[in-house]
Amino acid sequence: MYRLTDLTKTYRGRGRDVVALSDVDLDIPSGQMIAIQGPTGGGKSTLLQMLGALDRPTSGVITLDDRSLGKLGDAALARVRAREIGFVFQGFNLIPTLTAQENVETALAPLGLPGAERKRRATEALESVGLGERLTHLPAELSGGQQQRVAIARALVKEPRVLLADEPTGNLDEETRDEIMDLLEGLWRDRGLTLIIVTHDSAVAKRAQRRLRIKQGKVTEIESKSAIPA
Amino acid sequence: MFATYLRRELGNRTRQTVIVAIGMALAIALVIIVSSISAGVKNAQSDVLASIYGVGTDITVTAPAAAPGDAAAGPQFEFDSGAGTTDEDSGTTAISQTRLQTDRGTATFDASTLDEVLATDGVAAATATLSLQNTTFSGELPDFTQFQQGGPGQGGGAPPTTGGADGAGGSAFDVESFTVEGVDVTATAVGPLTAVTVTEGRGLEAGDVGALVAVLDATYATTAELAVGDVLAVGGTEVEIVGIVASTSSDATTISNVYLPLDVAQTLSGSEGLVSTIYVQATDAAQVAALATALETELPDATVSTQEDLASSVSGSLSTASDLVGNLGTWLSAIVLAAAFVLAILFTISGVGRRTREFGTLKAIGWSNGRIVRQVAGESLVQGLIGGVVGIALGLAGIWVVNLVAPSLTASTSTGGFTFGGAAPGGAPADGGELTGTPGFGGGGATATTTEVVLNAPLAVSVLLLAVGLAILGGLLAGAIGGWRAARLRPAEALRSVA
Repeated sequence: MYRLTDLTKTYRGRGRDVVALSDVDLDIPSGQMIAIQGPTGGGKSTLLQMLGALDRPTSGVITLDDRSLGKLGDAALARVRAREIGFVFQGFNLIPTLTAQENVETALAPLGLPGAERKRRATEALESVGLGERLTHLPAELSGGQQQRVAIARALVKEPRVLLADEPTGNLDEETRDEIMDLLEGLWRDRGLTLIIVTHDSAVAKRAQRRLRIKQGKVTEIESKSAIPA
Repeated sequence: MFATYLRRELGNRTRQTVIVAIGMALAIALVIIVSSISAGVKNAQSDVLASIYGVGTDITVTAPAAAPGDAAAGPQFEFDSGAGTTDEDSGTTAISQTRLQTDRGTATFDASTLDEVLATDGVAAATATLSLQNTTFSGELPDFTQFQQGGPGQGGGAPPTTGGADGAGGSAFDVESFTVEGVDVTATAVGPLTAVTVTEGRGLEAGDVGALVAVLDATYATTAELAVGDVLAVGGTEVEIVGIVASTSSDATTISNVYLPLDVAQTLSGSEGLVSTIYVQATDAAQVAALATALETELPDATVSTQEDLASSVSGSLSTASDLVGNLGTWLSAIVLAAAFVLAILFTISGVGRRTREFGTLKAIGWSNGRIVRQVAGESLVQGLIGGVVGIALGLAGIWVVNLVAPSLTASTSTGGFTFGGAAPGGAPADGGELTGTPGFGGGGATATTTEVVLNAPLAVSVLLLAVGLAILGGLLAGAIGGWRAARLRPAEALRSVA
């Protein structure tokens, strides 16, 4: 699915360059659940942004099914994100003025679906994460765990091939963390999607098939389980 | 999704939406009110000019005013010894003398000039008039023959102590005047009578050439208690009043108290073959300046004045209002509008800044730059439209107030003192009997005439469309700039933003 070859990302800031990723070589097959760990500032979020077509590399190549993401224009990248990639953020990143259902619908807006179809799919997505009775609630009226469920529903409503989660449990307590990870893991298993999670939390990382460590922009493999855990 | 998101965002930022809308509303209301008042002032000016110079007059041709001290300026009254009628019982002599001659400060020129004007290319119509003043000096004084002969009980050479206006040898004099305009009754397409309407009787007709008939200005007729069928002495000759006319501008008087056929006016005043003004209508309104230049070349000794020159001669509060609206009003509208636009832009940019992470998230889940720009632009456009609707309502209310108050403005014109240096007829004094300038016998001085006009603020559809257009423009401008800022956000950077 993903192939990263000599991938480097450098940021310019205050007269000096910051190397966030340095000559990363990585293959990610379809359907894997991968956890990426590492210290703060090591390049985890940058790697996720590369995988999510949110940014372009400074050098090297990143392909998604033989499409070089670094060579696509802004409009083409937006189409890839709209159809193939789902995002879950640490801070949930819900639109505060929209209800849970409307937040999920925002992921379907770029697909040009009729309004009734959008509403139907958004309702189903929220029901699949256990929030069928919270459709009309605003984010401020939901708990942290519920907000993250809405974010997961938003990420999955368009049936992406890839789900990228940046510290999805970072703002949650332990109990809620486990609930969210159970949900993510269940969805990964049921839908066969590729799930890539950036996390500080070892308890979260241990759930993954494959664990990568990134430090000072360099990626190393920590663990790789050959079979999908039961 | 678009409408829902837009509605929620504007509702969430109520204070900002209200501030932007109020700014836009005030600007648009000001534009509407200033535009309408400007149109009203222009209409009032046109009415004033039309009441003075007639409808359709593009150019006037006059002769330069006579110099002060010229014997021809001002009526002269001379009484021989023994003039007047003496009542021997009361010892009082009544004297009266009438003069009909050209207005003080008005110069005349040969009527053949009209033929030269009509022969000029670009002239659609022209007519000549003669502006006159009928002045009657009358009074009572004691019988001076008593003084010369010495009355009973009087020694020779002592002043009379009986008779006269007060019965004690005193005298009293009175001067009455009215203006007279001789008009060419065979050429009525242009000229002062195009701006009048007949209220009683009839107007002057082509068949009135040489006839001793007159029409009166309605206000003068009322003051002088004259009606159709009465006779009026003009230059010592009685003429029959056949009609009463009033200005088509409801609050203006016509330019003269009395109108006679031109040839009759010339004969009665001893000004045969002379005229004081030629009114000219151009075939093409866009070529008036060129026609004026051609006439100046053709008539080097004449003063040729266009409507612009004539408009500048109108003073008074109407002129002040015109300056205020034209200068202060326009600049104020422009400044307030610019401020409203800047306010809308700044608030939109600020809003985009506060929603950096939100837009970053939307880009991350697949929203294109175009979709985000449309969302931001839509929000700004709606804010602008809200301001536009409120502004139109405020503007209409302002117009309603102006029309309810209906302020009266004065427009003054003066003969002998026009800024373009020539002499042209001015508005007639309303009562016809009082000279508002310097009275006198043969003296110089300008006659100022003041016309009152009511200011209205007409509402034109074009002004409303302008207002709507400005509201849309303001919204689109703010939306375009804000949208551009949002589109420039890199998703990765936006997601790293704390905002």
